[in-house]
Amino acid sequence: MPEGHVPTAGEAIIDREGLQALLDALGARGFSVIGPRIRDEAIVYAPLRNVADLPEGWTDRQDGGRYRLERRGDRALFGYAVGPHSWKQFLFPPRQRLWQARRTEAGFDLLEEPPPSERWAFLGIRACELHALAIQDRVFLGGSHPDRSYAERRRDLFLVALQCGEPSGTCFCVSMETGPKASSGFDLALTELLGDGSHRFLVEVGSRAGEEILAAIPHRSAGEADRREAEAVLDSTASRMGRTLDTRGIRELLQDHPEHPRWEEVATRCLACANCTMVCPTCFCSTVEDHTALTGESAERTRLWDSCFSLDFSYLHGGSVRKEIRSRYRQWITHKLSTWFDQFGSSGCVGCGRCITWCPVGIDITEEVRAIRSSLLEPTHA
Amino acid sequence: MPARPRLAVWKFASCDGCQLSLLDCEEELLSLAEAVEIGYFLEASRKTLPGPYDLSLVEGSITTPEDAERIREVRRLSKKLVTIGACATAGGIQALRNFARIEEFVSAVYASPEYIRTLDRSTPIAAHVPVDFELQGCPVNRLQLLEVISAFLTGRTPAIPRYSVCLECKRAGTPCVLVARGTPCLGPVTHAGCGAICPGYGRGCYGCYGPMETPNPPSLGRRWQALGASERDLHRVFRTFNAGAEPFRRESEAHGG
Repeated sequence: MPEGHVPTAGEAIIDREGLQALLDALGARGFSVIGPRIRDEAIVYAPLRNVADLPEGWTDRQDGGRYRLERRGDRALFGYAVGPHSWKQFLFPPRQRLWQARRTEAGFDLLEEPPPSERWAFLGIRACELHALAIQDRVFLGGSHPDRSYAERRRDLFLVALQCGEPSGTCFCVSMETGPKASSGFDLALTELLGDGSHRFLVEVGSRAGEEILAAIPHRSAGEADRREAEAVLDSTASRMGRTLDTRGIRELLQDHPEHPRWEEVATRCLACANCTMVCPTCFCSTVEDHTALTGESAERTRLWDSCFSLDFSYLHGGSVRKEIRSRYRQWITHKLSTWFDQFGSSGCVGCGRCITWCPVGIDITEEVRAIRSSLLEPTHA
Repeated sequence: MPARPRLAVWKFASCDGCQLSLLDCEEELLSLAEAVEIGYFLEASRKTLPGPYDLSLVEGSITTPEDAERIREVRRLSKKLVTIGACATAGGIQALRNFARIEEFVSAVYASPEYIRTLDRSTPIAAHVPVDFELQGCPVNRLQLLEVISAFLTGRTPAIPRYSVCLECKRAGTPCVLVARGTPCLGPVTHAGCGAICPGYGRGCYGCYGPMETPNPPSLGRRWQALGASERDLHRVFRTFNAGAEPFRRESEAHGG
């Protein structure tokens, strides 16, 4: 919905009640609000209606292959980083029926899927995630064959961004230049302010739709002190990145070393379980499955999230191209950080750290790049 | 109406759970009965029709000299032969005998061991005759079983992915129990198909569906050890319904005899 930055009267301040008013105003306009909630010992993205649904006073501690919820010492509503879910699950559903067919006397009838009935508002989408969304927009909407289902879901989206106040131990958006500050691509952006003993949110407006919503909820103009505190939040986040990735010459670094011994080494650890690709907010691969009814009277086609870590993914006539795990890991990281530039004009990585945290054995994309880069500095590999 | 394909369901050493999955189909059972002629399915009916059978579903492993002969006869009578379940595809829980002395088991279990004539190993059907498709699981998923039958009836490849359980967890939106709770889970090395039931209830995967296509148990084993699993835990967790499956066998042996 954002149609480019519109000039506004400046930032506003809302309090906790104002945040509830925002949720109510979105609901009144027919949006289903999706935001962070605690479920199954993690912070996931799920429907919510009330401020009380948010993970108040919780944070997450993350490292390679490890994620734990912990209590904070305050009442922050957004005091954690990104979790196991990404927003792609709403725009690019993990399992989606594409069509059904029924046999008729003359042949068969095709039953198309109806467009989605819901309009979503995403509450708390961060700068790295807005970049991921922009990348998936290019993948699904760019070129001569836009994805209709993605377009239908994407069109009416209302985006309430969150200026990130809590990076995790696996975050590296600063290295990828995707955060922590969200500067465009949203309708409204919130910065949670906890200083001065008053819990409030600085609101930036990014679109006319955002302006209209803000006008409908109680707010006041932001003062200099509010703005300074909001800047300090982002400065602090930027200074506390858990990981770094040196991106200099990364396109060539990976493309030029397909036979590096590190691929063999990482394959001893990699499970080829596909978790990294499932949690990645930019990974977009899918497969289709066709099913027929026992009687042969009907059939249907389903699209499912797929992964370059499965054997079927590279199955051509006669067998899989990437039989070994080392080939599959190399394919994934090389596409993500290198050939993505050739294909889509940007990196495929936004530095959110999900692939590091949610790898069951903690394989670290930043560490793998570092290992290859540093080995080239050794005289033996010159 | 053209002649319907004739279906047979055969039992070898097994608990019957997999053929029960077929009876469990309830709603779909009528359309199955319409689509095929049930020629041999003793758990459902005493009435049997002679072979050849267009499709044979085989449950169970080979544990006796008689069964080693009988499976050849079943193969001879079957145009397509699909094995279903951990017993038929990996030897089942009874493949624990492969790691021990069978005489000791027999004398411990039976009052008159001299009546027992059994092989010293439990082996999957594919170790004896050519198999057209293997459907893993303990027990098999009834929807997957119907998918395999439908696929063979229409002459297409069954849509049975061989990747890990993790994809099913992620598609369901279930946060990883291993990462978020430190719960040891076999999901990353286990074949998808169950729908990731256990992690959906906050528990680790037990590996009922056997090894996924390219499993890496040693790496997962090291992770389990970091989470506090002992050598004995690892030895035992890979030695259940799919103990005879090669990648699980190797990993269990790597953690004790």
